[in-house]
Amino acid sequence: MSETKRALPALLPAAPIKLPTESERRLTNGLTVIAIRRPAVPLVEVRLRVPFARANLARGAMLSQTLFSGTAELSTVDIAAELQSVGGGLSASVDPDRLLIAGNSLAAGLGRTLEIMAEVLDGAAYPSDEVGVERDRLVDNIQVAKSQPAHLAREALLRRLYGRHPYAVQTPEPEQVRAVRPAQLRALHAERVHPAGATLVLVGDFQPKRALDTAEAVLGAWNGGGKDVTLPAAPSPEAGPVLLVDRPDSVQSSLRMALPAVPRTHEDHAALQLANLIFGGYFSSRWVENIREDKGYTYGPHSSVEHSAAGSVVNVSAEVATEVTGPALLETLYELGRLATVPPGEEELEQARQYVLGTLMLGVSTQGGLASLASTYAGAGLRLDFLTSYTEQLRGATRDDVAAAAAKYLAPSGAVTVILGDASKIEAPVATLREVELE
Amino acid sequence: MKIPATKYPVERFTLDNGLRVVLAPDRSAPVVGVAVVYDVGIRSEPEGRTGFAHLFEHLMFQGSENLEKLAHFRHVQGAGGTFNGSTHLDYTDYFETLPSGALERALFLEADRMRGPRLTEENLRNQVDVVKEEIRVNVLNRPYGGFPWLKLPPVMFDTFPNAHDGYGSFEDLESATVADAAEFFSRYYACGNAVLSVAGDLDVAEATEMIKRHFGDVPARPAPARPDFDEPDLTAERRESYTDRLAPLPAVASAWRVPNPIDDFAAYLPYVVLAEVLTDGDASRLVERLVLRDRTVTSLGGYIGFMGEPFEVRDPTAALLQFHLPPGGDVDKVLRTADEELERLATDGLDAAELGRVQARMATHLLRDTDAVLGRALRIAVLEEQRGEPELINDLPRLIGEVTAAQIQAAAASLTPARRASIEVIPGGGQ
Repeated sequence: MSETKRALPALLPAAPIKLPTESERRLTNGLTVIAIRRPAVPLVEVRLRVPFARANLARGAMLSQTLFSGTAELSTVDIAAELQSVGGGLSASVDPDRLLIAGNSLAAGLGRTLEIMAEVLDGAAYPSDEVGVERDRLVDNIQVAKSQPAHLAREALLRRLYGRHPYAVQTPEPEQVRAVRPAQLRALHAERVHPAGATLVLVGDFQPKRALDTAEAVLGAWNGGGKDVTLPAAPSPEAGPVLLVDRPDSVQSSLRMALPAVPRTHEDHAALQLANLIFGGYFSSRWVENIREDKGYTYGPHSSVEHSAAGSVVNVSAEVATEVTGPALLETLYELGRLATVPPGEEELEQARQYVLGTLMLGVSTQGGLASLASTYAGAGLRLDFLTSYTEQLRGATRDDVAAAAAKYLAPSGAVTVILGDASKIEAPVATLREVELE
Repeated sequence: MKIPATKYPVERFTLDNGLRVVLAPDRSAPVVGVAVVYDVGIRSEPEGRTGFAHLFEHLMFQGSENLEKLAHFRHVQGAGGTFNGSTHLDYTDYFETLPSGALERALFLEADRMRGPRLTEENLRNQVDVVKEEIRVNVLNRPYGGFPWLKLPPVMFDTFPNAHDGYGSFEDLESATVADAAEFFSRYYACGNAVLSVAGDLDVAEATEMIKRHFGDVPARPAPARPDFDEPDLTAERRESYTDRLAPLPAVASAWRVPNPIDDFAAYLPYVVLAEVLTDGDASRLVERLVLRDRTVTSLGGYIGFMGEPFEVRDPTAALLQFHLPPGGDVDKVLRTADEELERLATDGLDAAELGRVQARMATHLLRDTDAVLGRALRIAVLEEQRGEPELINDLPRLIGEVTAAQIQAAAASLTPARRASIEVIPGGGQ
C-alpha cells in the first residue's frame, strides 16, 4: 500500500488458544459421552453421532426423516411438543459415514431432551401413516433438489470422483424412496442404531460431571450390540476429461473440481490447508481476488478441504456467468498451476496462517460451534486437544512446506472437473482448454 | 419452564460528531464482534435505481481514504477475522468478528470507510458484474429464487419504496454511475445516521478511547430526514401468480400487515409469537394440520418481515406464511385450510401449555442468536439505530414470555382473507 496517511493499528498478540476441558465417560453399553462446560448462555447443545456406513441409501434417508415420528407411547406431535416445552428441538440427518442427531434446549431442559432422545433411540416405531407422510415429503424434496444446479453439479462430481465406492451416490432416487416400508426401517434401526462406537457431545451451561451423570442415567440402558462397519478407502481423484453436464438455458455454469487431500492427522495436512487458503480457501485468496474482484466472473467462489471417514478431497466450486465459463476455467487452472509450481510469498503465507489460527478460535467461541467441532473430531477419533498439535503445525509450516503441498495436491493436472451448464454455449470454449466429455 | 435471560452489560454514548456507540462487554472468549449499521436500506433507494443500496454496500468494500482495493479484506482476514455486510429493507450493516487483539484494527477500517469510500468507475463496473452473478445464483438460476421476499411485496404494496425489487433490475444496475454513488454516500452515510457497536472481549474504558481516536474526527454530518413509508392496509384480498421455469412444484405465500414494530411494540409482539405457534416444528398448528394430517403441504414457514427479522424491521411490515405443495397440489385448498386454522385459534384460543412451550423454544432461539459475539453486536446496533434501546437485547426472551393467549387469539383473528396478499408459484420446470 502506498501513501498511507493514517497508520494501520498493530495487532495485539493473540491469546494462546485456550481449550475448554472435555470431560469424558465411556458407558458400559459402549456409548462415549463428552461434556464441555461453556456457560455463556443458559442453553445446552447436543450432538449424537452414530456410525452408519453402508446403510441402505433410501432406507437410511427415510430413517433420519422418521426417527422422531413416534414411539409406542408418543406421537410425532407429542415428541415435538415435549421437546419444545423445555425450549428444545432435535433433528436427525445422515451422510455416508454417520447418523447425526443434533439439537439444543434451555440448560434446565438437558435431562428431558436426553430422555426424549433415549425414548426414540430405544423405541422409534416408524408408524405406517407417518412413514407414508415422510416418504412423500422426501420424494418432493429430492425432486426440488434435482432442479437446483448446486445439487446436480455435486451429484455429477461425486459419481465421477468415486466410481463404485459408496460415496459416489449420496441422494436416493424417488422410486427407491417410494419402495421403503416401515418394517425395513425398524430392521435398519435394530441393526444399526446402537451405542457401540457412537459419541454424544454435550456443550453448555452445566457442571460436566452432572451432565455426564444425567447422560449415563438416561442413555446407559440404550441397548448395546450393533456391528462395526467400515468403508474401504475412497479412491483418489483420477483426472480425466472435463465432464460437461448439459443444463439447457442455464444462465450460469457450475464449475466443480476435486483434488486429492489427506486426513487431519497426516503430516501434510496443515501445509495443505494453508496452500488451499492461498489458492481459493478464503476471500483474500488468489483465485477469489482474480475471478471475482478483478474480473467479476462470479459472486462466491470457494475452495475447501473436505474430510470423510474413508478419504479427503479438496473441493473447488464456483458459479460463473455462462458467457465467461471458458475464461473462468482458464483462470482457475492458472491459479492452481501457479501455486503448484511457484512457492507462495512470505506475506501471503503469513496472512493465510493468521486467518486459519484466528478463525479456529472464533469457531470455538460459541456453544454451537464448539459442539459441532467436538462432535466432528470425535467422529474422526480425535478430541479437542488435536487443536493444540494442529495449531503448532500451522505455525511451523514454511513456504517450502506449502509449496510442496501445493505441488503434490493442487496441481491442475490432478483435478477431476465437472461443469454443469448450457452445453450448446460452453462446450466449445471449454474444449479449447481441456478435453471434454459430454455426460 | 422458567424463561432465562442474559445479563449483558450495555453501555451507550454519542460522539461529538453524532455517531452513536453501543458496547456490550463479555470476556468469556477472546473474540470481539464489531458492527456499523447505517440507517439506509432498500426502501430508501431512488426510483430508477433499484438494487442501488445493495450495490453501494459492495462499493464500501472497494477501498477508502487510506486503503487500496482489497486492503479491507486482507487486513481483517490477516488478523484472523471474518467480515461481511448486508443490505436490508431499513438498514445496511458492515461487520467483523476477530480475535480481540484486532479490535483497534477493525475500528480503524470502519472509520476509514465512514470518512469516505474510493468510488471509481473501474470498481463500480466490477461490482455491477459481481452483483449480477449474485442475483443469478440467488434468483435467476435456481428454483423459487426470490420467493417470496422479492415476489410478494409488489402484490401487497403500492408505493415504490415498499414494492420494488431490492436486488434490482440489470438495467438499473448497469446504468448506475459513480456520481450516483457519491450522492448516495453523502446523503445517507452520515455519521449522524450510523451506529457503531462492539460486543465481546473488551474493556469499556479502553474501547471507548480507541473509538474516540478513530471515529472522533469523522466529519459531523446529520442524519437525513427519514420519510414515512406507511401505506394503508388492504381492504380487499390481493392475489397474483407467476410461472417459475425452474420450479418443479407449486408454492404459495401470503402476507398480512401487522402493527408498527417500533411505535407499537406491545401490539406487535403477539404476531411474532403467533408466527411460531402456527409454524414452529411438528407440534405447531399448521404443520400438524397441513403437513401431517391433510398432507396437502410438503413444507411451510411463518415469520415476521419479508426478510424474516422481526426485531430489525420498521413499519410497514407483515406476517408471512409460505407453503410448498406436492405435485398437483391445490393452492386454494391450502389457503382455505390455513384460514380455518386461524379461525379456530381466534375462536378457541390456546392453552397455557401450548403457549408456554412455544415461548420456551423462542427463548432458546433468541439466546442462541446472541451467543455469537457478532449476533450480539448486530442486534444491539440495530436496536439502538431503530429504537434507541439496545438493552432490549436482554429483555426480549422475557417480553416474548409475557405475551398472553388472549393477545395471540386477537392477532390470529386479524389475519383475515380480506387483508391478505398472496403470490402463487406455478411450476414450469421438470415434471
